[in-house]
Amino acid sequence: MMNAIEKQWTRVCAVDDIAPDTGVCALYHGEQVALFRLSGQNDVFAISNHDPFGNANVLSRGIVGSRGDRLFVASPLYKQHFDLLTGECFEDPLVRLKTWSVRVEEGQVLLA
Amino acid sequence: MSKKRIVVVGNGMVGHNFINTLVTSDHASEFEILTFSEEPRLAYDRVQLSKYFSGYSAADLALVTESEYQSQGIVYTLNDKVVAIDSHAKIITTASGRKEGYDKLVLATGSFPFVPPIPGKDQDHCLVYRTIDDLEAISASAEVSKTGVVVGGGLLGLEAANALKQAGLETHVVEFAPRLMAVQLDEGGGKLLRRKIEELGVQVHTEKNTKEIVAGEECRYRMNFADGSFLETDMILFSAGIRPQDELARQFGLDIGERGGIVVNDYCQTSNDDIYAIGECALWDNKIYGLVAPGYQMAKVAFNHIVSNLLTHEESAVSFQGADMSTKLKLLGVDVASIGDAHGLTAGAQSYVFNDDIAEVYKRLIVSADGKKLLGAVLVGDVEAYGTLLQLKLNDMDIPGNPAALILPATDGAEPVGLGVSALPETAQICSCFDVSKGDIQKAVQGGCCSMPDLKAATKASSGCGGCAALVKQVMDAEMASLGMEVNTDLCEHFAHTRRELADIIRVKGYTRFEQVLEGHGHGHGCEICKPTIGSILASFHNEYVLKDEHIGLQDTNDIFLGNMQKDGTYSIVPRIAGGEITPDKLIVLGEIARDYDLYTKITGGQRIDLFGAQLHQLPEIWQKLVAAGFETGHAYGKSVRTVKSCVGSTWCRYGVLDSVSMAIAIEDRYKGLRAPHKIKFAVSGCTRECAEAQSKDIGVIATETGWNLYVCGNGGMRPRHADLFATDLDDETLIKYIDRVLMFYVRTGDRLQRTSVWMENMEGGLDYLKQVVINDSLGICTELEDNMTRIVGSYQCEWKTTLENPDKLKRFQHFINADEADSNLYYVRERGQRRPATEAERIELVELPPADKQALAGK
Ligand code: SRM
Ligand SMILES: Cc1cc2nc3c(=O)[nH]c(=O)nc-3n(C[C@H](O)[C@H](O)[C@H](O)COP(=O)(O)OP(=O)(O)OC[C@H]3O[C@@H](n4cnc5c(N)ncnc54)[C@H](O)[C@@H]3O)c2cc1C
Ligand code: SF4
Ligand code: FES
Repeated sequence: MMNAIEKQWTRVCAVDDIAPDTGVCALYHGEQVALFRLSGQNDVFAISNHDPFGNANVLSRGIVGSRGDRLFVASPLYKQHFDLLTGECFEDPLVRLKTWSVRVEEGQVLLA
Repeated sequence: MSKKRIVVVGNGMVGHNFINTLVTSDHASEFEILTFSEEPRLAYDRVQLSKYFSGYSAADLALVTESEYQSQGIVYTLNDKVVAIDSHAKIITTASGRKEGYDKLVLATGSFPFVPPIPGKDQDHCLVYRTIDDLEAISASAEVSKTGVVVGGGLLGLEAANALKQAGLETHVVEFAPRLMAVQLDEGGGKLLRRKIEELGVQVHTEKNTKEIVAGEECRYRMNFADGSFLETDMILFSAGIRPQDELARQFGLDIGERGGIVVNDYCQTSNDDIYAIGECALWDNKIYGLVAPGYQMAKVAFNHIVSNLLTHEESAVSFQGADMSTKLKLLGVDVASIGDAHGLTAGAQSYVFNDDIAEVYKRLIVSADGKKLLGAVLVGDVEAYGTLLQLKLNDMDIPGNPAALILPATDGAEPVGLGVSALPETAQICSCFDVSKGDIQKAVQGGCCSMPDLKAATKASSGCGGCAALVKQVMDAEMASLGMEVNTDLCEHFAHTRRELADIIRVKGYTRFEQVLEGHGHGHGCEICKPTIGSILASFHNEYVLKDEHIGLQDTNDIFLGNMQKDGTYSIVPRIAGGEITPDKLIVLGEIARDYDLYTKITGGQRIDLFGAQLHQLPEIWQKLVAAGFETGHAYGKSVRTVKSCVGSTWCRYGVLDSVSMAIAIEDRYKGLRAPHKIKFAVSGCTRECAEAQSKDIGVIATETGWNLYVCGNGGMRPRHADLFATDLDDETLIKYIDRVLMFYVRTGDRLQRTSVWMENMEGGLDYLKQVVINDSLGICTELEDNMTRIVGSYQCEWKTTLENPDKLKRFQHFINADEADSNLYYVRERGQRRPATEAERIELVELPPADKQALAGK
């Protein structure tokens, strides 16, 4: 919990750097963060870029989509699905990727 | 209780079937089985023998392997003929002197080809057609022959003629009777068959009685006929009928028929109660059955009788009651079928004849005097009605309505007259090869078999000659419908359509973007299944740059970055090397790039060069160099046209008859970039030696003296399939025209990730249907298909060239959007002078190395 402490928001890129319905990878405090943007939506989602199944930093290069009302990215290596909001793996709910809070302000993507 | 000992003499189709029935039965553990084969191999599919000439190997034809027999505990001996039976002591002796006792002896010795006693028949290139060894001899003889003659114009003779023709020989058929297939066909049918076969370039000579074979002037031999005429040929294949192999039975006192054959009763017992005879050597009710299905029935009958006699001591439930000899087959590409009393010999028989000289179709129905029952039929050129007619005959059903309707062609729009499968009784035999009834199929469907492969595995139906496949499927579909089952063919949760339906929708509505399709016909956001599928359909019809903003999110990762992602997240680079032809200068460029970037380098199975291990940010730099040197993208990443393999062909090769390299390059240049339901591979060979392996490709082209032969729908990979011969002797233009049409039809109708091989296997009407659509334009869409292809060809672009010209697009080619650093998670070791990803274990060691050493190891 953030309690009294204000979140430290850091700009990582412009929204327009992310083509709709695709992802990019940002370096944030030494960690690889996969950022995704869905078409028709201004929200940006941030989860770890590391695919724990393939052990490679590739998730930002997966296809995004929906199952029911959950949004996901499918790993480009072996196609496991990860929830964009929670980082949970559909195929193996014990696997949960790190997620970050995202804010879009004046066309810029901020992470905390 | 000790095991009962069964000795099976002959391991042909029927002998093996008997053994298989026994070892898969509940009584398997109570028997000990020994089998002897005169041939050097275990049972193989003799019915498919001619496929040997279209590339099947002995292994492909095998019905069983030695290790399977071993694991089932069956004692088998190859290359050893049984030469004596002592029926008192119950012992057999083999040529090698081995003696074995038996409780029951099963003779499954088959038959041998009859060679008429013509002077000169025993020369080197006078051969027969029965075993794999025979085929090997025929192949060897064909290599050194230009002309071949088949003696005998029956079913097997015509198959043999096909084999000679495929081997590239000028082929003749010499027949004693006034027409071809005199046993199965009437005069009208025989006449049409002859005409069709002659159109295919096989010369038919009827009413010829060969007097002698002497040395020839132009060819190796000359055949002199009784009427004073002669024919010159380099080889002769006798196919003048078969004779039961009853030698053993004859020598050791079993009853033999007047014209040969081991006499058996309804339980397949010979005149000695402990000796059975089954298959082509057995004579039942004075008849020899020269087909495999009756042989299988006999195997089942003999098995049941042996079990009841030795074990259960109950009366055997099944007996042999004769078999139906109806046949449907394709001879030299001509469809022919014969049912029941084809000659109208039954008293009072009447007939209906339909003859279409233009379309080359002949059909004759033989009906009972009152016109109510079907007695027989002859069909040539169009055998659609076979299934229906056979069922009418076998089940002795009343002909529905006017019999003529059964053979008249359907007029436009009208449904062809058929017999709904629902009309068949449950006992109706649907698959005669494996005696599978309608009820058996229904039961299997009720038990959960909802696809042809499942059904085949469960019941064996349609896994023999395949003639019953269409009917089996109808019964399956009908049963599924009656159970209220529905097959879900939806692409995914976002679209309640198949890929084919979506392709139609997109084409008809003229959609150009995913959003339009989703809005109009789907819901949700899409997923990794529907997005690439629709992306591919859009590309197939419009061929826009795949990285355009509106398409980029649809692409699989490989397409997004125009390279194949490797296990560590780096990429491979595969430039197009059309036809496998490459200049030394270009090779040097590839070598220099690979060296400078330390890329692992390998020659691929597709005749090109793959450079592995490039990081995202290196891809544009590397491609810049490649494009400057004249390379284009190889689309190794796309569900699209991959490679056209070629052999060196007539320019260099001493056997080549056409320039296969030029054709391969022309084809690759034409179709490069075409996106499709799955990847598409081609090959072009310069002659029948087929060094480019074209028959394993989606599209295979093989040069002949008279033009190109086109093969379609082959596959290597997980489930190999030999391509089907689609058209022969084509000129360049027609070849391209047919390929255009086949490919575009595949693009429109193929399922998601369905290679052409599976597409073909699932196509109703199969190869014939595809020929109708592509060659005869039966759907009237050929112009459209060609126009579509022309558009695609005209709008080709090298995706890498376009990308390099678009600085905007290049922004995506870096590991971090906000930093210039590279991925820190890459570890390499060197092996055989090249870099490769470190294994998990190696990584752990590497991490402990000081950074400087690590760099050195990685070759940086
Ligand atoms: C590089 C290469 C192997 C090699 O070192 O020789 C190769 C490599 C791959 N093959 Fe292949 N195949 C290669 C020739 C073949 C061949 C041989 C041929 O083309 O003559 C076959 C069998 C022929 C056929 O396809 O009918 C072949 C049958 C497959 C299959 C099975 C397809 C099937 O229908 O069963 C797959 C899996 C798939 O596509 O779903 C596959 C998939 C793959 C993938 C794309 C797997 C993947 O997703 O990572 C590999 C990645 C290539 C890369 O990273 O660059 N590859 N693959 C060959 C590239 C040829 C080229 O120049 O483009
Ligand atoms: C080219 C061709 C195409 C055909 N097409 C069809 C078709 O489309 N449909 C159809 O139904 N049928 C077809 N047939 C017929 C079918 O192949 C036979 O009906 C079937 O093979 C008969 O099986 P069998 O076991 O009785 O005889 P076989 O398969 O001939 O087996 C008998 C085996 O016994 C061995 N043998 C013989 N004597 C001895 C001995 N003393 N000791 C040890 N071994 C011995 C033989 O060497 C042989 O291997 C075709 C046949 C040929 C040649
Ligand atoms: S297929 Fe024919 S032309 Fe081509 S290399 Fe082989 S033998 Fe030569
Ligand atoms: S009838 Fe031959 S496989 Fe069914």
